[in-house]
Amino acid sequence: MKVSLVTGRTIDQGCGKEYGKLSKEYTESVAICEMNPEDMKMLKVRDGDRVKVATEHGSVVVTAKKSRRIRLPGTIFIPYGPWANLILASDTDGTGMPLLKGVRADVEPTDEQVLDLQDLLVQSYGQIKTLRRD
Amino acid sequence: MPAISNIVCPVCGCCCDDIEVIVKDNGIAEVRNACALSAAKFEHYSTHRNTSPLVRKNGELVKVSLDEAIERSAQILAGSSYPILYGWSSTSCEAIKVGLELAEEVGGVIDNTSTVCHGPSILAIQEVGLSGATLGQVRHRADLIIYWASNPWSAHPRHMERYTALSEGRFQKGIWKRLSLRLHADSVRKRISRIAELIFKRGTSPLPPKESRAERHRLSVEERKVIVVDVRRTRSADIADYFIQVEPGEDYAILQALRALIRDEELDVEEVAGVPVETLEEIADIMIDCKFGVLFFGVGLTMSRGKLRNVDAAIKLTQDLNKRTKFIIMPMRGHFNVTGANTVFTWQTGYPYAVDFSHGYPRYNPGETSVIDILRRGDSDAALVVASDPVNNFPQKAVHSLVDNPLIVIDPHLSSTALMADVVIPSAFVGIEAEGTAYRMDHVPLPLRKIVDPPEGCLPDEEILGRILKQVRELRNETA
Repeated sequence: MKVSLVTGRTIDQGCGKEYGKLSKEYTESVAICEMNPEDMKMLKVRDGDRVKVATEHGSVVVTAKKSRRIRLPGTIFIPYGPWANLILASDTDGTGMPLLKGVRADVEPTDEQVLDLQDLLVQSYGQIKTLRRD
Repeated sequence: MPAISNIVCPVCGCCCDDIEVIVKDNGIAEVRNACALSAAKFEHYSTHRNTSPLVRKNGELVKVSLDEAIERSAQILAGSSYPILYGWSSTSCEAIKVGLELAEEVGGVIDNTSTVCHGPSILAIQEVGLSGATLGQVRHRADLIIYWASNPWSAHPRHMERYTALSEGRFQKGIWKRLSLRLHADSVRKRISRIAELIFKRGTSPLPPKESRAERHRLSVEERKVIVVDVRRTRSADIADYFIQVEPGEDYAILQALRALIRDEELDVEEVAGVPVETLEEIADIMIDCKFGVLFFGVGLTMSRGKLRNVDAAIKLTQDLNKRTKFIIMPMRGHFNVTGANTVFTWQTGYPYAVDFSHGYPRYNPGETSVIDILRRGDSDAALVVASDPVNNFPQKAVHSLVDNPLIVIDPHLSSTALMADVVIPSAFVGIEAEGTAYRMDHVPLPLRKIVDPPEGCLPDEEILGRILKQVRELRNETA
């Protein structure tokens, strides 16, 4: 389904980042996609199911979350974070600012799992300079 | 245990200065007056924390001494030809000042997080100016408060309580009473409609159609009013007296339509970007009728189609309104010291962000010298990140370019960027473990306090940067 992707802050994302980027709270607050209930019905997606959001720059799997606050059908919302940024363009049209709201995207249901932060970094940026546990 | 009061909160641009903290055994036992974001920081700042300097060896980050980490950082910066020095919005003005000196010394580009936040707002302000005031003036005098493409409930949770709609000003009262009556009425209405739905089945409810909120309450001219304009019906919109829903990327059209209406021009269409002209006329009348209006705008304007032109239109709207009444406009700044970063950058170099020292003098051309553009082109050959997490917050292509080159991170948290770095230097949390100065979103400087001691070996950003700068100078003198 063709949608307009908006990214932004949420209070959970704001708290999650203060708990720490490696915390469960952070992942749960940003690896999500808020959707209009009508859109979810059309896609046959239920609250808590996984969806794949794709743009011309890539795709990412996140958890769908029903939101009555998104009243315009065809609009989805992903909080700021590495999941959203994987599919955003770095072109700035000469302003220094990439387009982070109102981006054309595709959403479809998927069985793939939502990656945790470390796996996401490894998959996206190749060799992660890991921390030795001692 | 005694409470330490009047602490400035080091989280968002509101910089609330009434936080109370109870300290026990060099830790924070309790925090009062804090919003959810502030409480999360004060209560959890020490979890998921790294307190050892780390250097990457054979692909792994290993613990080293602080001296070794600083030496390695200095070698990377002194050996690079076009390094990026990025972050700066979550540290003190004093640290930023040293950062600028370091950028000049190594001939790099220094940029702060406003580049991917209110950077376009700065570009618009440089073109058309800005009528502003402090938040104290807003609290005491503003009778019309507009939040455009901004959601203070989530990003600046105490903004309404301390500075706008819910605050008790000297000349303007808060809207608490009205709001609680309305919320109560709304919940009764919902309950009745749910019962009616059960009795008459969905879709055949005999209840009359919902009147517009303004008609229901018939606000008098004198009452403080709140308007929210946004893509989503956020919780901030629930508090508002009027909510205008915009389609993503259509703010510009609505702002220009309002400008035309305020200049008494007729619009020969029935709706603009999905909003009926009748609604816009009503809003335009409220704007003209107010005594002191304020338009707070968020990054919904700067990050969507139109970017700086959206902000340009919003500022011109307030300029038009100032011919009829008194109106100011203010960006809702995100990090607690992003305004300070812009201010220190400006008084040190002449420019607020994206400052390039590669020619030996400061040069500023966002779109060229801004960090995302440099990374996209792959021009930089090293980076120093201070109190920021660009791996989390930059688009993928920019992150690739950032992590492919030597990367130094100075941060109290073990962030995603730190996980990808070559050198990680843990620092003290400014405003909790170190003192400094921060600028509130209305450019009022406030002192950040030291409440507890940092863990051993964690120095303030200012000191770490000072030591790197000293070593860089020594290395450069040796080679010269």
